[in-house]
Amino acid sequence: MSKTVSQSPGQESPPDTDVATRRAFVWAALGAAGVCYAGAIGYPVYRYLASPVERAEAESAVTEVTLKDAQKLPLGSVLMFKFGPRPSMLIHHQDGSWVALSAVCTHLGCTVQYQPARNVIHCACHGGEYDPVTGKNISGPPPRPLTRYVAKVTDTGVVVSRT
Amino acid sequence: MKALSSIYTWADERLGLDDLLHFAQKKRVPEHAHSAWYYWGGISLFFFLVQAITGVLLLIYYRPGPDAFESTRQITYEIHFGWLIRSAHSWAANLMIAAIFVHMFSVFFMKAYRKPREFGWWSGMVLLLVTMVFGFSGYLLPMNELAFFATKVGLDIPNSLPVIGHKIATLVRGGPEVNEFTVQRFFALHVVVLPALFIPLLGFHLWLVQKHGNAVPPAEEAKPPAQRKSIPFFPNFMMKDLAMWLIALNVLALLASMFPWDLGAPADSLKPAPTGIHPEWYFMSSFQVLKLFGQWFPGAAGEALGMILFTLGLVMWFLIPLYDPSGKSGQRARWATYFGLFALSILLVTTIWAYAALN
Ligand code: HEM
Ligand code: FES
Repeated sequence: MSKTVSQSPGQESPPDTDVATRRAFVWAALGAAGVCYAGAIGYPVYRYLASPVERAEAESAVTEVTLKDAQKLPLGSVLMFKFGPRPSMLIHHQDGSWVALSAVCTHLGCTVQYQPARNVIHCACHGGEYDPVTGKNISGPPPRPLTRYVAKVTDTGVVVSRT
Repeated sequence: MKALSSIYTWADERLGLDDLLHFAQKKRVPEHAHSAWYYWGGISLFFFLVQAITGVLLLIYYRPGPDAFESTRQITYEIHFGWLIRSAHSWAANLMIAAIFVHMFSVFFMKAYRKPREFGWWSGMVLLLVTMVFGFSGYLLPMNELAFFATKVGLDIPNSLPVIGHKIATLVRGGPEVNEFTVQRFFALHVVVLPALFIPLLGFHLWLVQKHGNAVPPAEEAKPPAQRKSIPFFPNFMMKDLAMWLIALNVLALLASMFPWDLGAPADSLKPAPTGIHPEWYFMSSFQVLKLFGQWFPGAAGEALGMILFTLGLVMWFLIPLYDPSGKSGQRARWATYFGLFALSILLVTTIWAYAALN
């Protein structure tokens, strides 16, 4: 940058201020260009890193899954499956009823387990327990019930959908 | 502004930033007709930084072994902007090697390898060789057809060495054939071993540059000191250096986005090699020399002879600081320049020849 400033006739401001304004302008221009470059590099890198997140979000938009042959599940047993990206469980109760629940503990997100002998859903992480029919949190730290899904039995499988 | 300067003062009292600044301002870079060549080391450094950053980004989705091609396909077609990151890594790899070649020849012709800069020359040569191994090992990682056959051919070259050649080739491949074991070990080489060698060597190289400053070519040296010009490193030269980096960044962005790197077909050892299969351009010269010797002399003897000559040439090139007599007198030693021109023309001619022979 040269420090000499050509003064056009009629320009009143002393050279000092002129240099200062010009300098500020150059810095602003450089800053703006820098922001453009940062954006042009940062945006693709962000999208690149976020790709699996976006995919999982697209998956969780799923409203229905069909579990083939699940109608053959014996009484008093459980089938673990993924509802979108989310671990979930299908329980076939002794009385013949079907219950589908999210298997993600509402406390800190561990995957819970159905214990047929005690007929409870248990979380090994901090000992939280849920009711296996309603999904209600019955003891331990979990603050909320497990999310319930609708389970419909057909000839070829079980269709699980959001309520 | 006030807050900023008090943060600066806080840090300065603890880190001695002012000393560093004064040091950088006192340091001077010579200015003369050939100063433009001083940028090429910095440009090579820029491309290495690009490689380190894009390489780590690729590592996030790339899976070596049997998944190599599939994961590269996902990077190219499924992950947002994956094609761009991959393209940038591939283009910058080539630009980095090109920049290092320019840097090396400019150092050679400026005779900057003379005392006390011998170690700069040697570490630079090793950096170039490591970079070429970076290129060779990286080239296989996508495990596409071209990479597969190029690696196959490349690893057949040591085979012609008597006794140990075969052992070396099998060990590098991890078996008699290029397969997922080869990819896996090339991966370990490419992302762990080579960076672990490269980064300390680069540090050594840069420390030496800093210690001895820029060399001036003999023509400048002959001038009386009063006639030699120089500019401060900070901020003048650094600004120019950064401007070069910006140009390099723009060139890279244009190439990577306008000419996305091809993925090609997955490697299949049962399919015949595609016609015109050839290594990357920076191996074309040695490829052609070996081919020529193979034609001139029968059997493995030709290839072995070619390899020996090539190695001898490389050793002579490496040792130039030890026998260029101008190291002492500061006078232009013509024959070293002729040797450089000879080496440069051999490289260019054999490379062009190799490409011409493809069609
Ligand atoms: C710290 C540094 C580096 C890391 C972590 C790294 C990492 C990687 C990874 C993960 C891949 C596989 C992805 C793919 O095939 O697209 C790759 C490919 C590659 N790398 Fe690097 N790399 C580094 C430095 C370099 C350098 C210095 C060069 C060359 C001068 C280089 C040249 C290549 C090439 C030519 C490919 C093949 C690109 C393709 O066709 O897809 N890499 N690198
Ligand atoms: S995560 Fe299940 S009880 Fe804490």
